Amino acid sequence: MEVLIPILAAAVRSGTPILYATLGEILTERSGVQNLGLEGLMLMGAFMGFSVTHATGNPWLGVVAAFVTGAAISLVHAFLSVSIGANQVVSGLAVAMFGTGASALLGRKMVGLTVTGFGKIPVPVLSGIPVIGPVFFDHDPLVYISYGLAFFLYWFIFHTRPGLNLRAVGESPIVVDAMGLSAARLRYVYTLVGGGLAAVGGSYLSLAYTKMWSEGMSAGRGWIAVALVIFALWNPVRAILGSYLFGGVGAMQLRIQAAGTSFPAPILMMMPYIFTILVLLVISVKKGKGILLGSPGALGVPYSREERT
Amino acid sequence: MKYRVVLRRRFKTGLLFEGVLPVLSVAVALVFAGGALSIFGVSPVATYRAMFRGALGSGYGLSEVVVKTIPLVISGIAVALAFRMKIWNIGAEGQIYLGALATAAVVRYFPSGNQAVMLLTMTAGAALAGGAWGYAAGFMKSRWNVNEVITTLMLNYIGLHLADYFIYGSWRDPSSLGFPMTPPFPPSARLPQFFGTRVHLGIIAAVILVLVFRLVIRWTRWGFEIRAIGDNPRAAVYSGIPYGRNVELVLFISGAIAGLAGMTEIAGLQGRLQPGFSPGYGYTAIIVAWLARLNPWAILVVSFFMGVLLVGGETIQVIMRLPLASVQVIQGCILFSVLGFEFFRNYRVFLVRKESG
Repeated sequence: MEVLIPILAAAVRSGTPILYATLGEILTERSGVQNLGLEGLMLMGAFMGFSVTHATGNPWLGVVAAFVTGAAISLVHAFLSVSIGANQVVSGLAVAMFGTGASALLGRKMVGLTVTGFGKIPVPVLSGIPVIGPVFFDHDPLVYISYGLAFFLYWFIFHTRPGLNLRAVGESPIVVDAMGLSAARLRYVYTLVGGGLAAVGGSYLSLAYTKMWSEGMSAGRGWIAVALVIFALWNPVRAILGSYLFGGVGAMQLRIQAAGTSFPAPILMMMPYIFTILVLLVISVKKGKGILLGSPGALGVPYSREERT
Repeated sequence: MKYRVVLRRRFKTGLLFEGVLPVLSVAVALVFAGGALSIFGVSPVATYRAMFRGALGSGYGLSEVVVKTIPLVISGIAVALAFRMKIWNIGAEGQIYLGALATAAVVRYFPSGNQAVMLLTMTAGAALAGGAWGYAAGFMKSRWNVNEVITTLMLNYIGLHLADYFIYGSWRDPSSLGFPMTPPFPPSARLPQFFGTRVHLGIIAAVILVLVFRLVIRWTRWGFEIRAIGDNPRAAVYSGIPYGRNVELVLFISGAIAGLAGMTEIAGLQGRLQPGFSPGYGYTAIIVAWLARLNPWAILVVSFFMGVLLVGGETIQVIMRLPLASVQVIQGCILFSVLGFEFFRNYRVFLVRKESG
């Protein structure tokens, strides 16, 4: 057990950026918009968080800057997806490309710098619990916030009136419009918030995980988050489990390489993706039998009132 | 005096319109990307000048553009085939990797001194492997309606790591001083190169594929089925066109074509399999197909243009010390712009004078 604790703690740390991005994408997809561009948003968040923190010395300002940047880029995606009714897959890829390129270009002068960023703050009392304490309560504040955020979003989506509206607009925007709410406005809001959260996940990488900036540092976590949304069945609490599972794979991989064992790292790196396909398969088979597992009915389908004057 | 904007649904577009719109959207994208570049502290004029001079300013640059156009045309045709049926094959990158992997496997396990035999077996291997990767997504789609966007995307990464597994593992060249790469292919497994440049036999494959794509989509029964499903899946199914079988077939063929791009890339150009041999051709192919609106002739033109951007990107990497990823800023802007201009394809915009107030 003693051996496992550092690995589990590392899984939590490594899974946290994925968790933020997954939570963001759950919100976006619950509203019926699919944003495949998380990888680009995370990279922009990582860069913005880092550069603002480097300039001001305050990592919280960095997180806020990351959120705003992520939301701003998602505004383009929201405009194309919601207002123009353009293809969301292509627009999402454009977000990923733009974010990857822009962060590399902007960050070229930041390479090699470091920030103090977020340090470990063990939670009093809780961190003293054996096993649970060191695994879950001996981290930086962004980790604790992500716990709270996941449970808050669960409550928000399933137990509040705005959450009901959110699920409704993802299921059937025409009904939401008939209720007197604006389907378009809801989709805008959640696409922006979702993109902002993905960027916050990225800023975790540069402010707490490595405390420096490097080009392409999200290393595919954004794509994993897209997959994890399905794995989590669009449920924020289940996203915690999925993120740490996939984060654990990343942490294990480093350790396996360090230990010099013969187990090939590429096979391990494939696992999250194979796993995602399997989960998607199960969901789809069940859906075929009429069992719905949270997949928003109108996901990725543009909606227009078609009376635009 | 006030005006209001009136939108009318557009049902038909003229030929002129079809020609002008893509050019206009790329021009707008270049302006926007230039704006972004200047915000990022890079002179857009100097960047564009260096890019276009590097790509088009010399015979060598031009030949390198053609070298990059080859895989883009092939994989562009691959995704266009699937897109025509409204099947979103985002997995060309993984299928390219599988094709390359199979090529290396053929060279390793079934070597032959005869170039023609080698060419045939490598082509068959690459097409089968890439096709299998596409078929996997097609099978799940037709059987259980599994979203192919996610499966093909995931299969990209699985394919990439699978290639790594062999390159870093048992296929590694013992004499490569620890660099992850397979041993160089024998001369019989190399595609001929032309005119003293790196332009290789793949260019002929690309042109043939463009012609075949046109013929099949336009003039064959299968092409008609693909178009019918693409235009209206429900109506196509009611009229007796098998949906599931076509999904599997189209993704298989699409994957096979993309696999071919992997083969021509490593047998024609690099002569060995090494990680990261494709700088995201499979993803750029999506831009190509989209920008070309699935028209095969336009795919040729757009691929060339994307080739210019890629070679230009390498130029600014060397001359201006900008990261290669800078090109993705421009690519992203082009996609945004093309999507935005879709609006004008779907709607006519009028300004109407309001009577009063």
